[in-house]
Amino acid sequence: MDIQPNSFEPLKNNTTDVMGMSMASISPSPWHRLKQNKLAMLGLFTIIIIVIIAIVGPWLSPISYSDQNLMQANRPPSSDHWFGTDNLGRDLFIRVLYGARISLAIGIVASLLNLTIGVIYGGIAGFFGGRTDRIMMNIIDILYGIPVLLYVILLMVVLKPGLTNIFIALGIAYWLGMARIVRGQILSLKEQEYVLAARTLGASNWRILFRHLLPNSMGPIIITMTLAIPEAIFAEAFLSFIGLGVAAPMASWGVLASEGVTSLRSYPFQLFFPALAISVTMLAFNFLGDGLRDALDPRVRR
Amino acid sequence: MKQPLLNVQNLKKYFPAGTDIFGRTTSYLKAVDDISFSIAKGETLGLVGESGCGKSTTGRTIIQLYKPTAGNILFNGKNIITHADKNLCRNMQMIFQDPYASLNPRMTVSDIIGEPLDIHKLTSGHERTERICELLELVGLNKKYSNRFPHEFSGGQRQRIGIARALAVNPSLIICDEPISALDVSIQAQIVNLLETLQQELGLTYLFIAHDLAMVKHISNRVAVMYLGKIVELAPANELYTNPQHPYTKALLSAIPIPDPAKTAMNQKTKLIGDVPSPINPPSGCRFYTRCAYAKPICADQEPLLSDIGAGHLAACHLTT
Amino acid sequence: MKPLLNVIDLSVSFDTLNGVARAVDEVSFQIFPGEAVAIVGESGCGKSVTANSIMQLLPTPPAKYSSGQIIFEGTDLLKKSEQELEKVRGNAISMIFQDPMTSLNPVLTIGTQIAELLQLHQKLNKQQANTKAVELLQLVGIPLPERRINDYPHQFSGGMRQRAMIAIAIACNPRLLIADEPTTALDVTIQAQILELMKNLQTKFNTSIVFISHDLGAVAELCSRVIVMYAGKIIEVGTAMDIYHNPQHPYTWGLLKSIPRLDLSNKKRLESIGGQPPDLLNLPTGCSFHPRCTHAMQICSQYFPDTTFVSNDHSVSCWLQHPNAPKTVREAVI
Repeated sequence: MDIQPNSFEPLKNNTTDVMGMSMASISPSPWHRLKQNKLAMLGLFTIIIIVIIAIVGPWLSPISYSDQNLMQANRPPSSDHWFGTDNLGRDLFIRVLYGARISLAIGIVASLLNLTIGVIYGGIAGFFGGRTDRIMMNIIDILYGIPVLLYVILLMVVLKPGLTNIFIALGIAYWLGMARIVRGQILSLKEQEYVLAARTLGASNWRILFRHLLPNSMGPIIITMTLAIPEAIFAEAFLSFIGLGVAAPMASWGVLASEGVTSLRSYPFQLFFPALAISVTMLAFNFLGDGLRDALDPRVRR
Repeated sequence: MKQPLLNVQNLKKYFPAGTDIFGRTTSYLKAVDDISFSIAKGETLGLVGESGCGKSTTGRTIIQLYKPTAGNILFNGKNIITHADKNLCRNMQMIFQDPYASLNPRMTVSDIIGEPLDIHKLTSGHERTERICELLELVGLNKKYSNRFPHEFSGGQRQRIGIARALAVNPSLIICDEPISALDVSIQAQIVNLLETLQQELGLTYLFIAHDLAMVKHISNRVAVMYLGKIVELAPANELYTNPQHPYTKALLSAIPIPDPAKTAMNQKTKLIGDVPSPINPPSGCRFYTRCAYAKPICADQEPLLSDIGAGHLAACHLTT
Repeated sequence: MKPLLNVIDLSVSFDTLNGVARAVDEVSFQIFPGEAVAIVGESGCGKSVTANSIMQLLPTPPAKYSSGQIIFEGTDLLKKSEQELEKVRGNAISMIFQDPMTSLNPVLTIGTQIAELLQLHQKLNKQQANTKAVELLQLVGIPLPERRINDYPHQFSGGMRQRAMIAIAIACNPRLLIADEPTTALDVTIQAQILELMKNLQTKFNTSIVFISHDLGAVAELCSRVIVMYAGKIIEVGTAMDIYHNPQHPYTWGLLKSIPRLDLSNKKRLESIGGQPPDLLNLPTGCSFHPRCTHAMQICSQYFPDTTFVSNDHSVSCWLQHPNAPKTVREAVI
């Protein structure tokens, strides 16, 4: 230790305006936490790859999904046809890629529709509370009792198979979970002091809902949406599998699975690849959704 | 006598507590049960009591977060219950307890402080930014932090932001609902000093709700003590602490530990028997009689009224009348 | 007299994504049998981390006991295995926490929670354990204990729950009781009751108490010695009379001057300590208090002060104690 003659002089420019750092600097941001979750990052990576391949793949390919080549029918996987061919000689790899487009599109669009309906319904129920909330939630409780898949099948029978109709059917069937989540969030946030403060400041209901309540509910909303996508993908696959989904020659994964099942004994690869595609995509979204749920858990924040 | 800025008359706030099978309310939680007081302009009235006494509910009912069950609230002579006043939020504001929950975590500091300005369309553009900087300086925060988010600040700083937000609309009355309970001891003194300075500079009137009696004594001109929804004693601050009349006040004061080891032996504690009764079914007569060491038969029958015992000192106790 | 607990150069750090936070930095202190010692300080000072470290209750990632010894009745607790520690917890050393609602198991009756402990550590059978449980509830002042041992925590009021927690803590007659802010969440009248209970128990069973708090009033009520911590270090230690009547560290002065006093009638402005509590990831150089200290000197920003003994029991870590430092006149606080 080095004691100088001026060591005991007063310390000049001693600032007391120190920028207070709070616990946020100690607990990591959600993105950091997500990065630590290896499964979630694997899921995210997989999704990105699938999306890129789905968009770019069919463009780059010389063959299209509907090109038939009866000479090459039912060939197992080879260097020409990475996933083999189906009974009409169509290249399965391209068809799976094309199916990815359809399945992902359905997954995302249907989830967005569910999101919109769910947020509006849940938002109104949670915000107004009281009798409005009770009635609206009773309706949801009743709807929950109906098996959703059954309901979707009935819708498709009425609307007739087709891509747009799938969007509609799935979009208006799966919003129940989102509505409950949003309502729960809003109910719990409504009594937070910053919402009370906004009220005492004279904020209108709209302002409170859109500036205070909804932005702070984004966490659970994003998680629910991420987990809803695989549900929609699976629902579409199921519908197509039973013949109520998209029509041939369009190649959604469900259609491919359906075609593959008929030749399961002789050419198992025709079912294997579409099934693998469905499973991998669903798992990827599920891992990502779980990781998001852990990363955004508000209890970890302070 | 000049008209008080705030005049609360026979205020009641009941919450539904139990319902029968038809959904009709059968019992009520009587959080605030007929209280009256007034606050003069520039004065600080402290409101103390333990948990469940109704002090927070009183504050929130006055600022209209809750609708009163009965009674009148007069602000500058006008009854704000019967005459809904759109400008009320510009006259009366609130500071909240939890610095971690009273600021929207997704808004920047300047958005938070600017919100009241936007809601009431008070300023815009360049003027708005100036006003926000002015407010930040007023509460002792550096204006270069106006683009930060609440989680980047400490508890004391967040409380300052909350104060700046309340001041944005130039209110005359500020209800402080336990504004320092969640802060560290040394920061509590900072915030209390800030509130006192602002009161002098801006001519503010405070209703200071807290459970820390020592702090309340320090900042208030007069203090009201609440128990189970009622005001049991109201007196000038010094008078209340040197000459308490109500047995509950005496018990409360004697329970406060004195930060001086030499004085602890001398501190005779008034014993309080039993637990606080339920506010859904408060005792008949004087609410405090079940725990009062001096209870007389009349205490169980008749509720004592808050009466003047001289020098602006009010107490609700049969023993003083 | 040999100390019951001897903490030597204890350092505990937390691994965070933004760096390593030294929550406790080379802290040393002793607790003797039968005494009540307070550890005071504000948020971030390390008092709770110190208390939780004694029984190693911190989750070890992210916490790390980087160095030091915690010697209890002759053996170093830091070297004990988890099984050996379990024999000590609830038995020779117990702890009570701030929030009784989250410290008590909501799905077990109070009686079960006490009896469990007695069966585990004292090998009593169910009958004996239940009888003892009733005795304990009686001891801590819960009326109608025979009925109340069958109640669940939510059926007790806040003060009663805290008493129940104390009953669990003293069940096996611990030599050391660690109380982490036990009265902070309680109303002042209940706090007075709990402090009195703790005082009585201490005299009756000669238990040592480590009382963690930021409430200087409660500390004055209960404790005979006080340890003041700031930013992970001990900056002043002394008897209660020393600390309250002859504080030597500017932080201690600041704390005492910023509390409003009921017993003094002066209505002076409260003196606050400027600035903010320190950021453990970004501690100031030298003495961590120097940015907020009105008496700071050049040397304060360079080196952490040596410990000076003002008297046998009273020590302080501050450069103002150095013979070369200017004489500061401390305003009378009391």
